[in-house]
Amino acid sequence: MEPSKKRANVLRYIDEFRDGNHARGIAAAIARATRPDRQYAFMEFCGGHTHAISRHGVTDLLPQNLRMVHGPGCPVCVLPIGRIDMAIDLALTHGAIVCSYGDCLRVPASGGLSMMKVRAAVSKGGGDIRMVYSAADALKTAQDNPERQVVFFAIGFETTTPPTAVVIKQAAALGLKNFSVFCCHVLTPPAMHHILATRQPSDIVLDGFVGPAHVSTVIGSAPYAVFATHYRKPVVIAGFEPLDVMQAILMLLRQVNEGRAEIENEFTRAVTPEGNRKAQALMAEVLELRDEFEWRGLGVMPHSALKIRSEFATFDAERRFGLAYRVVPDNKACECGAILRGVKRPQDCAIFGTVCTPENPVGSCMVSSEGACAAHYSYGRYRS
Amino acid sequence: MSKTRESYVRPLDLKHGRVELAHGSGGRAMAQLIEELFARHFDNAYLRQGDDGAVLPMPRVDNANGVPVPAGRLVMSTDAHVVSPLFFPGGDIGSLAVHGTINDVAMMGATPLWLSASFILEEGFALADLARIVVSMAQASREAGVPVVTGDTKVVEQGKADGVYITTAGIGVLAEGVTLSGNRARPGDLVLLSGSIGEHGMAIMAARENLEFASPIVSDSAALHGLVAAMLATGADIRCLRDPTRGGVATTLNEIARQSGVGMLLDEAAIPVQPAVAGVCEFLGLDPLYVANEGKLLAVVAAADAERVLAVMRAHPLGQHAARIGEVIVDSHHFVQMTTGLGGTRIVDWLNGDPLPRIC
Repeated sequence: MEPSKKRANVLRYIDEFRDGNHARGIAAAIARATRPDRQYAFMEFCGGHTHAISRHGVTDLLPQNLRMVHGPGCPVCVLPIGRIDMAIDLALTHGAIVCSYGDCLRVPASGGLSMMKVRAAVSKGGGDIRMVYSAADALKTAQDNPERQVVFFAIGFETTTPPTAVVIKQAAALGLKNFSVFCCHVLTPPAMHHILATRQPSDIVLDGFVGPAHVSTVIGSAPYAVFATHYRKPVVIAGFEPLDVMQAILMLLRQVNEGRAEIENEFTRAVTPEGNRKAQALMAEVLELRDEFEWRGLGVMPHSALKIRSEFATFDAERRFGLAYRVVPDNKACECGAILRGVKRPQDCAIFGTVCTPENPVGSCMVSSEGACAAHYSYGRYRS
Repeated sequence: MSKTRESYVRPLDLKHGRVELAHGSGGRAMAQLIEELFARHFDNAYLRQGDDGAVLPMPRVDNANGVPVPAGRLVMSTDAHVVSPLFFPGGDIGSLAVHGTINDVAMMGATPLWLSASFILEEGFALADLARIVVSMAQASREAGVPVVTGDTKVVEQGKADGVYITTAGIGVLAEGVTLSGNRARPGDLVLLSGSIGEHGMAIMAARENLEFASPIVSDSAALHGLVAAMLATGADIRCLRDPTRGGVATTLNEIARQSGVGMLLDEAAIPVQPAVAGVCEFLGLDPLYVANEGKLLAVVAAADAERVLAVMRAHPLGQHAARIGEVIVDSHHFVQMTTGLGGTRIVDWLNGDPLPRIC
């Protein structure tokens, strides 16, 4: 099959996973499975799920005593201000072309800056920050600008990590002298650990997780086993379509009602227990665990992020430019931290929708469309 | 009669030539560019006057008794075009510049009569491409029956522009009794859409990103004044017409809701989207509701007249897939809400940021 045709066929399967009739059927099953004498709370870890729930109005199809708690699985949201400052520094102080995914550009940094503002002032002492759609675009930018240093600002969970490893290997093979990667990739399981391990008695009790979709295509379903065995929390890995989410909720409900805590896979069309071995090998070859990494909201977590191995040190922007990380506290009024831990809801934040809006975000959760605040603001604020 | 022989002027090299700063300097080179390219293709009596401006007759409209009388009201609109790439499936910056302004005039309920066109050219731009654009623009103008009656050309140094920018302005005439405005939507009115959404924006995006699909997405760029005339001829109580360009259907409906101080409730399942457009949008993480159209219109119509207007729209080639997509409701927050295909409800908010710069 020719590639273009293949893609067009893949894209046909959209309506099937958004069908209203099926949704009503699953909603009825969820209603039947929900015991009226108790409350249920499930965390959807991924911003992709948060977005799907909000965009398709899934909440309207769920019973009153079942609450979805938004998790920290939004790559832009968990990036602390200090890391954005470093990216800006690369452009401003080191004169590098910084290639970034578009979502990052609007995240507020120190001193009232953002990458977008730095970029807008490029001809007046600002920095050369460019939006890219992929790691490969960044590599191409380096090839097209041999006289300039080009840095790829690599962010994201395990989903976007393999492509970063690929471009580092490609740059090494090409012997590129002007390309490096500012690696801020983070890992999903440590964040889930943290959320469960730091839960306070006053926090809402989580009955289970809707597990990551795309992340799980890479790491597989096996790494979640510990949440069932150690924490007794069911995890159902689900695709990013609204019917996937609803089916996963139904599966979680059944586990809770039956007193089971297992790892189940609703997303069998893409996720296997062992995941994508090739991608895992690539990551392991180029990247290794950091001793610790600061996340916005979740704080400093050990072994929760990746850095570039010393064999590829020449492509590590932190080493090449001698960057140092500096902790920058969040805006005092901003509740992003508590929202990312699933302790507060967007509407619990005093500045939600007033001072902090998608046009003028104060916290990172209002920036990305996967952020809990942006999703609630854009799709659901008529409810509050 | 002078005995001096007229000096030979080599014609423009439309094959290999490039725009030079002299083409905008006001001298002979500029006169030649205008003569051999713009005047030749846009040719009409007003342009032929060759003066600094076009002298136009006072437009006439039929009064209540069908007798032509001097028009009481004119509509004027202007639109700048900076689209990238300049050529895309279904059109180019030239045809877009004609359609865009005609549609702005038409959305006021007016009959567009004349256009102006001003070109900002970048030094070094291929004359062959410029000629292609001008020919396409002239053809769009001829097909629409709206001539370009005056124009201007400027050239900027290389690197100070991106090939060519075109600004057009249009003048139209309003028939008596026609008053369309975004502030006239009332609870109970129905919202009609003339066809499937997102084609222009996604055609541009696919061209930019080199996305290939089994069937390429073609821009819907078209002049809508004929469709508007047919709709107005029904005598229906049409409150407002808008073409959902940048920001798409979502942003346009939010504008109307705010202007009128009302809310809206849409039905996602009723909004036509071609499968290819839905697919590319999904692929790029975009929502078709926010993607630009250049040949579609939204109409807010009194409920009692909606079916009649819809029938006329569907009978017109540019409105075959017209649909009733929602209704105007009471809402002090002026939210546009939507019943999703899944059966839930959500807000359809204003466009936030600009995911697709330079779409028109």
